[in-house]
Amino acid sequence: MFNFDTWQEIFYTIRKNKLRTFLTALSVSWGVFMLLFLLGAGSGLRHGIEHDFRDDAVNSLWLFPGKRTMPFKGMKTGTRVQLTNDDVTAIKAQIPGVEFITARYYVWGEFTVRHKDKYSSFNIRACHPDHQHLENTIMNDGRFLNKLDLEDRRKVAVIGSKVVEVLYDKDEDPIGSWIDVKGVKYMVVGTYEDDGGENEMRTIYIPITTGQVAYGGGKNVHQIMLTVGNASVEESQEIKKKVLALLSGKHLFDPKDDEALYVRNMVQRFQRFQNLFTTIDTILFVVGIMTIIAGIVGVSNIMLIVVKERTKEIGIRKAIGASPASIIGLFLQESIAITLASGYFGLLSGVAIVEAAAWALTKFSVDAPFFRNPQVDMNTAIAATLILVFAGALAGYIPARKAASVNPIEALHDE
Amino acid sequence: MIFLQNIEKSYVTGHQSLHVLKGINLRIGEGELVSVMGPSGSGKSTLLNILGLLDGFDSGTYRLAGNPMHKLSEKQGAYYRNQFIGFVFQSFNLLPFKSATENVALPLYYQKISRKKRNMMAEELLERVGLRDWATHLPSELSGGQKQRVAIARALITKPKVILADEPTGALDSKTSEEVMEIFKEVNGKGMTVVIVTHENQVAAETKRIIRLNDGIIVKDEVPQSIVP
Repeated sequence: MFNFDTWQEIFYTIRKNKLRTFLTALSVSWGVFMLLFLLGAGSGLRHGIEHDFRDDAVNSLWLFPGKRTMPFKGMKTGTRVQLTNDDVTAIKAQIPGVEFITARYYVWGEFTVRHKDKYSSFNIRACHPDHQHLENTIMNDGRFLNKLDLEDRRKVAVIGSKVVEVLYDKDEDPIGSWIDVKGVKYMVVGTYEDDGGENEMRTIYIPITTGQVAYGGGKNVHQIMLTVGNASVEESQEIKKKVLALLSGKHLFDPKDDEALYVRNMVQRFQRFQNLFTTIDTILFVVGIMTIIAGIVGVSNIMLIVVKERTKEIGIRKAIGASPASIIGLFLQESIAITLASGYFGLLSGVAIVEAAAWALTKFSVDAPFFRNPQVDMNTAIAATLILVFAGALAGYIPARKAASVNPIEALHDE
Repeated sequence: MIFLQNIEKSYVTGHQSLHVLKGINLRIGEGELVSVMGPSGSGKSTLLNILGLLDGFDSGTYRLAGNPMHKLSEKQGAYYRNQFIGFVFQSFNLLPFKSATENVALPLYYQKISRKKRNMMAEELLERVGLRDWATHLPSELSGGQKQRVAIARALITKPKVILADEPTGALDSKTSEEVMEIFKEVNGKGMTVVIVTHENQVAAETKRIIRLNDGIIVKDEVPQSIVP
């Protein structure tokens, strides 16, 4: 079917109608380009939002105790709910589905952290070993806190890369060195990175038991975080309910009292974003497809004109014995050739612009909110091309059928 | 070669029916050189279209080289047109973007003959009609007579059973008409059956048999006066 003569004729018609072919090709190219551009933008948006979630485990529940706003079993409003280490133990022991759990005890106040002659102020978080999984802490060197640190109330610390940068010389190894936090000396056992940004990397982790003793916290904690494995939204809500029931029994507050104990369900939040993305992706895809359809209609339209213009030629061909199939093939191939070439061009330029945007974002380290690392999925690109070829064939088919059914007698009289 | 019996043809336009051919009986033998004459509206073009399988007929029998030509599908029609029939038109009907050689070779394209071979055959035929030096020229670069010779070469290339010419000299001056008729006669001399529709007496006079049509029927089937011995 594809041979030199057919190509020669396709090139002839294209050459003869440069502007017309160019405009048609442009509309198809533009359609594909827009589709890929939109999909790239969608993925950039998705990656941007996902990046904001990346710092913290997306399958986590965060418990923030506060003041009661509803009276409950003799407890007055305005009184404070105080969580303790026992709550961590109780939740871990009594509620199934809890994977990792940690509390946080913050060391507040004005103080500096010192190493030799260098000092600066940093965040101090006293926490459980599981904290590593909650905050997606990536170890650079050494280790994170462990169970023994907690049991023995060891004075050890894990420090972020920004802390290392400020307190240590370039060639100095922080592991095994000592830092002074508010008058207490800790041995550094690990350094880490965190995707959560600079502030997360300006943090020093110490065992929660050590922190509570060293800074007079008793058994009190400021916050509890736990992960729920790969629980669904419903399952995570169920766990949230159980946690509320357990703690409301222990601390006497109304489980409906959001201020007394606020539980942030990241599973649900993340799911909400996922749904949002599915919607955005669908809209972008539909818009892109519509743009392509507009291009395809353009091709169809052009092919109809081409058939009209070449009526006489079709008549001649039929008179000398062209079969209907060969006439259909002639026009079909032309429209497929136009859509394929222009679609491929659109594909290339679409991928190019998305890649260029991704490159530029990295190169100039643009920290655009909600936008990073736009990508075009190769499968999507290939699927788009296939749809296009199919659509091109379809766009050519109706005009081609029309061409094949041309009455040769009338066609020959067509001037 | 051509056998027609009681061929009838009507064109229906709206509620009106136009009876164009009212029972044509005709037999044309192999190697004949026949002209069909008649005033406009007599049905001669319709007859040629039916002979050339460009148009169907309502009733009757048409056999071409022994094959029945009734109710052919588009595909069959295309096949017979390609294999059995060579057309020559008044307005030449060459493809403007193809060279003389490519135009002549085109029917062989539909026989799936290789490009090289068909171009070779086309050049041979162009030589035969005296256009060897014009082989690479586009139709727009040729004179009317040259174009018609290209068209005749195109009709001949498939070695058809019959050449059908519709007013082949209608667009030519008398001198080139003469040249074209010479080619037809030469082709006929080699045994090819040729049917020419014309309204020019000089053209008809050069054929060996004249069929006169009027109002859809054959009114006269005669041998031209000039060659009556």
